[in-house]
Amino acid sequence: MQTSIILIVFLPLLAAIIAGLGNRALGNTVTKSLTTGALFISCALSWPIFIGFLTGSAEATVVPVLKWVESGSLTFDWALRVDTLTAVMLVVVTSVSALVHLYSWGYMEEDPDQPRFFAYLSLFTFAMLMLVTADNLVQMFFGWEGVGLASYLLIGFWFRKPSANAAAIKAFVVNRVGDLGFMLGIFGTYLVFQTTSIPEILEAAPGMSGATIGFLGYRMQTMDILCILLFIGAMGKSAQLGLHTWLPDAMEGPTPVSALIHAATMVTAGVFMVCRLSPMFEAAPVALTIVMFVGAATCFFAATIGTTQWDIKRVIAYSTCSQLGYMFFAAGVGAYGVAMFHLFTHAFFKALLFLGAGSVIHAMHHEQDMRYYGGLRKQIPFTFWAMLFGTLAITGVGVYHLGVGFAGFWSKDAIIEVAFARGTEMANFAFWMGVVAALLTSFYSWRLMFLTFWGKPRWIESEHIQHSVHKTPEEAGEDTTGGYHPHESPLAMLIPLGVLSVGAIAAGQVFAPKFLDDAAFWAGSIFYNENLIHAMHAVPYWVKYSAFTVMVLGFVGAWWAYIKDASIPGKFVEQFRYVHNFVFNKWYFDELYNFIFVKPAFWLGRKFWKWGDVGTIDRFGPNGAAWVVANGALYAKKIQSGYVYSYALIMLLGLVAAVTWVLF
Amino acid sequence: MGGFPILSIMLLVPLVAGIACFFLEAKAARMAALIATLVNLALGVVLWASYDVGGAQWQFVERSELFAGFSYALGIDGIALMLIMLSVFLMPICILASWDAITKRVGEYMAAFLIMEVLMIGVFAAQDIFLFYIFFEAGLIPMYLIIGVWGGDNRIYASYKFFLYTLLGSVLMLIAMFWMVNEAGTSDIPTLMQYDFPAGAQTWLWLAFFASFAVKMPIWPVHTWLPDAHVQAPTAGSVILAGVLLKLGGYGFIRFSLPMFPEASAQFTWLVLGLSMIAVIYTSLVALVQNDMKKLIAYSSVAHMAIVTAGLFAFNVQGLEGAMMVMLGHGLVSGALFLCVGVIYDRLHTREIDRYGGLAINMPKYALLFMLFCMASVGLPGTSNFIGEFLALAGVYQISTTVTLVLTTGIILGAAYMLFLYRRVVFGVQKNPDAAAMKDLNIREWAMLGPIAAAVLWMGVYPESFLAPMRADIAALEVRLARAAPAGDSMLEVGTPNATNANAMPELEHDYAGEGAH
Repeated sequence: MQTSIILIVFLPLLAAIIAGLGNRALGNTVTKSLTTGALFISCALSWPIFIGFLTGSAEATVVPVLKWVESGSLTFDWALRVDTLTAVMLVVVTSVSALVHLYSWGYMEEDPDQPRFFAYLSLFTFAMLMLVTADNLVQMFFGWEGVGLASYLLIGFWFRKPSANAAAIKAFVVNRVGDLGFMLGIFGTYLVFQTTSIPEILEAAPGMSGATIGFLGYRMQTMDILCILLFIGAMGKSAQLGLHTWLPDAMEGPTPVSALIHAATMVTAGVFMVCRLSPMFEAAPVALTIVMFVGAATCFFAATIGTTQWDIKRVIAYSTCSQLGYMFFAAGVGAYGVAMFHLFTHAFFKALLFLGAGSVIHAMHHEQDMRYYGGLRKQIPFTFWAMLFGTLAITGVGVYHLGVGFAGFWSKDAIIEVAFARGTEMANFAFWMGVVAALLTSFYSWRLMFLTFWGKPRWIESEHIQHSVHKTPEEAGEDTTGGYHPHESPLAMLIPLGVLSVGAIAAGQVFAPKFLDDAAFWAGSIFYNENLIHAMHAVPYWVKYSAFTVMVLGFVGAWWAYIKDASIPGKFVEQFRYVHNFVFNKWYFDELYNFIFVKPAFWLGRKFWKWGDVGTIDRFGPNGAAWVVANGALYAKKIQSGYVYSYALIMLLGLVAAVTWVLF
Repeated sequence: MGGFPILSIMLLVPLVAGIACFFLEAKAARMAALIATLVNLALGVVLWASYDVGGAQWQFVERSELFAGFSYALGIDGIALMLIMLSVFLMPICILASWDAITKRVGEYMAAFLIMEVLMIGVFAAQDIFLFYIFFEAGLIPMYLIIGVWGGDNRIYASYKFFLYTLLGSVLMLIAMFWMVNEAGTSDIPTLMQYDFPAGAQTWLWLAFFASFAVKMPIWPVHTWLPDAHVQAPTAGSVILAGVLLKLGGYGFIRFSLPMFPEASAQFTWLVLGLSMIAVIYTSLVALVQNDMKKLIAYSSVAHMAIVTAGLFAFNVQGLEGAMMVMLGHGLVSGALFLCVGVIYDRLHTREIDRYGGLAINMPKYALLFMLFCMASVGLPGTSNFIGEFLALAGVYQISTTVTLVLTTGIILGAAYMLFLYRRVVFGVQKNPDAAAMKDLNIREWAMLGPIAAAVLWMGVYPESFLAPMRADIAALEVRLARAAPAGDSMLEVGTPNATNANAMPELEHDYAGEGAH
């Protein structure tokens, strides 16, 4: 395992460096083969490790790599940790990444900058692997920032587009806000535990649960404040309510990037972090309640927005945000295994949905607006089936009494049940939010499917299609296709869709017993709450069928509004204009942040510069001094008049003054 | 190294070459300067290699008495070693950066730089307080000339401002030095570092030194000379200014203020931390709205130096080592950023950000290196600045969480202004035809930027090479400071641990007893 984990992590880095520096000199084919090959090797090496943990034959190990920092008692080294939790992430990251590399052969075929793209993808994978194999908090932070950099570079990959650049900067800066929490959390953790080693912290954490500490002048519960700070970091990376604004904009990046980074892997880093530190969070009841609340609120909030967006990628992006909320509140109630299970299944079906959307966009000449799709079922059948499996998985289709279901059925329903089973007030709130969000999930997912694959073609309304067929809607007349022929994507794109479809169908069924019920499988890598899982299995039937019921309701609603009577959405918007505007405009978060952060920052910057530096410091400082010297010299010049009588007068005055001073 | 006077040789080589440059033709002067600086770099490597980590505190000591207790005394500890390495490493790069850019009075220019190098090495190696003062102040003169003679359009104003600011602070320091030598009876720095001055006197002495170091650093609000000096200085001048001269203030604190006046330092901790907090936020916001590339980087330097001062006044190992690492990292990174500006300034002769755009298309290699240095400046883990900022902030956290929060906010703003700069210069469309026609890096420019990039990554991935020589010195300093170190605001109190974990659940009466159990 030692050699293979080193290869798994560093092969992608090596490939990224060679492809990035070689770039045009090596050419498209070489760089693409190199990076994709490296990822497939990593993937092939990861699965045996995972299977080792599944069968219980593997043991947790730490492979030291290099000394990093030693400063007083603050020391941390480069090391690769492999345990069950890492193994799960390894297969998720390397599998999705390998498939996305392959998919990009087709999707990015016409791009002039392919070596750079593939180098970034591999670089991202390396950073993500460093994150999940971290044995100390600082290396986790290295991976954390590394994926942030790769995400920034890939969102802004098409750097000529102003919107892509803006989105890239936004992603980086908003993530930095989260990182502020993460960094303070690390500093605090070091202060309390005198170490940044994760196993040592986790071991000592329960003993600190009654301790108090000062923070910003207030006295607080030590573990609560530390976990809240670390969770702020998780909120940034996983786009939770308040720090979520970057994720929808991140869709400016090429679609394979959205699938890999902004759906399957990077954005789940926050969930991973909470699970990795689960014994620490278990010592922090208040922090966990906050985790629960933020997760539940996000899963509802993002789902509402998802129902109103027109851009196919944005719908899926909000869906991701919402699903991450599920994972967080699962962690919040203490079901870390369930959270990780949803992370695992979600990676497959969400990557599938994104890559499927990419295939649709590819077929539709880069049009992303679902209003201009329609009737694509027959044109791109393979993509349709893949998207269908993804939709069945995310909406959680499955029947409890038959014991069969798609991936999302197993993981999402388990989250809803475990929240109910937990039974605290906040857990009940999370349960109801989860149920409502499941309804919305089903609605927006089927809305997406119906708008895209059913109904009549509305293609000619799209400017992209108009460019392609050189016709205006008027010229096309009755023929709303405009004579455009969508083509199914090349094999390089279809194979990943096929593989991920298998995951979306079967990952839940196959792995549920291990992930949910097997404490021995987790082997202490996360906090495993046996009693809670038992309670989860024992919830009433109405709870078990609640998610199923709302799933059906959502489907029927979407069918009614988008197939049966397509005038309903328009009427609804008409009737509830304010509600719709509020939701459609994403609850006005961007406007709010612009108003309270961005604009004041620039305003203050200008004022500090013009009034502070130039107007005050320079004016009264060096320029003032120069003025005094120059004018002082003028006065001094006048005194040196050369007239004896004026000198005599001054001498006399001086004499009088001296005598006065001496005498009195 | 036995009795080989390597430090004196390192002073002598650039001095001789510098004098020679006055009499040489342009071409020969360039070559002589390059060779001399490379020889000094090689000597520096020898110095580093033969420095005995864990050995005596002061090594390579040379001493000869001159008059009235004033002696020519050289010697270095790990801190000085690292700063000397930074100086000798940046020097050949500066010569290369001036290769084509400087066309008038080349001999004199090269001489100014070489004498600058003598003085910089001298400052860090001096063991006599007056010798230090001479090197410290004389450094002003070549820099003043470099800005005033080879600078931009408004160079006279900038050079006067630079001179006025820095000289004003120094006068007070000289008076304080006289008093100290009189009191302690020696001008030997290592002895003075162990001397306990009376607490009342410390306050005044500390303030006198602070006046000088604060300007050099520069600390807000005495920072306004820096943007002007940078903007007007030629590229290589900016590199030395940001790379080495700004470090003199930090070196002063770590060599004089902290060890010689621990009580006064503790007394003024909140002054320094307060000014650091203001500086980080204030200058970062100002950097955000700049249209002049050099001004932007200059303001960002002030923000980074504020993290240094905060780290120094954290009174603990992490803070001190972090401050040193920020100084070294910032020396490399801001130097590299000024070189990056210089590269495109040489082609288009403007520093205005809006005149560029879309350089990623015609200068991809430049874009790559510029990105690396931007990320290092932002403090991305894996680069030099991360180590420094992380350690410094970890140190500050131990005395104040509030200050750490404010300083960390500066890091968010740092990301904003650097990425905003990068986007406007490198990304976007090629809106200016002349900028679009610029050629990518040539070999000379690779030779300048490549080594810095390597050093930045080295320092980020394996900082042990740099931390190890300083470890003993900083540990000694922490011991010296321990008696005055202020208490932190965290004050951990361990209580009775909770009986159960947060999500403890009762065990079901019968295993799997509920309605839906199976």
